[in-house]
Amino acid sequence: MPTIIVCLKQAVDVTELKVDSATQRLITADAPRKISDFDKNALEEAVKLKEKLGGEVIIVTVGPEDAKMILREALAIGADKAHLLSDPSFEHSDTLAISYILAEGIKKLGNFDLILCGEASIDSYSGQVGPRLAERLGLPQITYVRALSLDGDTVVAERSLEDCHETVKAKTPALLTVTKEINEPRIPSLMAIMKASKKEITIWRAEDLEVAKARVGKSGSAIQILEVLAPKMERKRIVVKAETAKGVAEKLAKALVKEGVVGR
Amino acid sequence: MKALSEFRGVWIFSENLDLMLELLGKGSELADKLSVELTATLMGHNVKDQASKLIEHGADKIFIVDHPALKNFYVEPYTSALVQLVQQHKPEILLIGSTRRGREVASRLATRLETGCVPDCTELSIDDGGRLVMSRMVYGGNAIATEVCRVKPQIATVPPRVFEKLWFKERKGEVVEADVELEGPRTEVVETREIVAAKVKVEEAKVIVSGGRGVEKKEDFEILEELAEILGGQVGNSRPLAEDRKWFTEWIGLSGHKVRPSLYVACGISGVIQHVAGIRGSQVIVAINKDAEAPIFEVADYVVVGDLYEVIPALSDALRKLLKGS
Repeated sequence: MPTIIVCLKQAVDVTELKVDSATQRLITADAPRKISDFDKNALEEAVKLKEKLGGEVIIVTVGPEDAKMILREALAIGADKAHLLSDPSFEHSDTLAISYILAEGIKKLGNFDLILCGEASIDSYSGQVGPRLAERLGLPQITYVRALSLDGDTVVAERSLEDCHETVKAKTPALLTVTKEINEPRIPSLMAIMKASKKEITIWRAEDLEVAKARVGKSGSAIQILEVLAPKMERKRIVVKAETAKGVAEKLAKALVKEGVVGR
Repeated sequence: MKALSEFRGVWIFSENLDLMLELLGKGSELADKLSVELTATLMGHNVKDQASKLIEHGADKIFIVDHPALKNFYVEPYTSALVQLVQQHKPEILLIGSTRRGREVASRLATRLETGCVPDCTELSIDDGGRLVMSRMVYGGNAIATEVCRVKPQIATVPPRVFEKLWFKERKGEVVEADVELEGPRTEVVETREIVAAKVKVEEAKVIVSGGRGVEKKEDFEILEELAEILGGQVGNSRPLAEDRKWFTEWIGLSGHKVRPSLYVACGISGVIQHVAGIRGSQVIVAINKDAEAPIFEVADYVVVGDLYEVIPALSDALRKLLKGS
C-alpha cells in the first residue's frame, strides 16, 4: 500500500491583500493565510489514491508555528499525519533553501512511493519547489499533471504542456506536481474536522533535521528581494460620453484611429 | 569554487527556437551593458542549421549539443548538458525560456548549481554593481517584486513575447560543438496528443475583443467577433465564461493567457485583479461596462459606461466607415 507525501505551503490569501497608499508597498504581514490552492489539489489527489489503494498520506510543511492551522485542515481533508518543519532560522528562505529543508525532512520520514506538490504557490508563484525537491532527492519528476494513476511501482500521469498533453510513465518513488484541472478539492465534514483534532502534528526543528545553518533562512538563500510594490498602471482613463451609443462609438472610433492601434 | 568575478558572459537557452530569438534580443542588451559575450546553447536533434539564425539575432557564440537522445524533450539529459557547460564556462547570467519544460529545467539546473532562479521575469536590467535586476509579478498580480541573486550564475526565466527580437545584418559568430555527457531520462513519454489550438494564438493577436459576464449568451459573441474582424484581431474571454458558464475552455488572465496586444477591448468584464494582471502589457485598453463602478475602468485608457449590446455594434459601424474612408 502506497505512502504518499504531500508538500503544502501556507500561502498568503492573495485576494485579501492591501497596499500602503503612501509607499505603494504591499502589506503582507497580517494578510490571512491558507493552504495554497494547487497544493490542495495535490492533497485531494493523494487522499483519493488512499481511498482507492489504501496506504497513508503524510503532509510536510515548512513554515511558522501557526501553520498548524492549515495542517489541521489538511488532516480533516484526509491526511493521516502532518509534519511541520519549523524553526526561526528557516524564516526568509527562498526556494533553494526551502527545497533543502523539505528534502532533509522527507529523508527523515523514510520510504515513500510518491511526493505530490502543487504546480506553484498562489502567492510567490515560482513553481520551483517541486522540481528542486526532485533534484535533491534524485527522483524522477512529472510536472503539470492533470490526471494520474498508480499501479504497483508505476505511476502514469497525463501532463498538460502549452501545445500538447503527454502521457508519461515513471517508476516510484517519483515526484509529481499537479494543476488545478486534476480534481475539485473536497470541503471536510464536521465529523472529519473533529476526528482530525485527534491526529498528530509533529514539529521538527533545525536540530531535529540536522540541517546546516548556512543553508537555511536568509544566509542559505540565493535570492534577495529588493522591493515588492503594487504595480503602476498609468492609464489615461478618458471617459467617452455622448447622447447616444452611436455618438459614443464615433468618438471612440476616431480616438482609436488616432492612437494608431486600429487598422491592420 | 571560482570567485564571483570569474563568472563572465550572458547565456541563453530555450528548447523553443522562437523564444530563444527573443531571449537573444534582451540578452544582447544585457551583454552590451556588461561588455561581455552573448552565448546561445542550441540543443536538440538535427538542430545545427539553426545556428546561423541565432547569430543573426545577436549570439556571439553558440554551443551546439546535437544528439538523437535530445530528439524528444526530457528534463534529465537537457539539465545535465546545461550543468556541464555552465560548470566549464561559468557564465554570470543565464536566461531560460519560461515554457513549462523550460521552467523544470531551470529549477533542476539552479538546484544542481546551488543558485537562485527568478521565474517569469518581465523586466531585466543591470545595476551599477553589475548585478542582474529581475522583476516579476507576484501575489496573484497584486504586486511586482524586484529581486537580485547573490550567487552566480544568476538565472532568470523569461516568458514568450515579453522581449523583442533583434536582427543584425551580416553578423559573425563562433559555433562550437560541445562535448558533454547526457544523463538518461527517468520518465517515459508513452503518448503525445496535440492540443487543437484556436486559429491564432491569442498571445499573438494585435487586437483582442474580450467578453465577460456582461455578455448574456454565448451566441452574443457574434457582435464581438464582428468587431474583432474589422479590427483585424480576435476574440477572447474572461475566466467566469470558461469556469462557470463552460462556454470556453481557456481564458485571459493571470491563470490563463497573458496578453499584450496593441488594443484590448474589454466588453462586460468587471476587471478583477487576476484578469487585469493578464492584460497589463496591453498598449491601449478600452473598457465597456454598464456598471460605472466596475474596477476595469481604473485600468482603462478609454472608459465607456454603457450597454455593450448597443455600443459594440455602433463601434463596428463607426470603424467600418472610418477605415473605408482612409
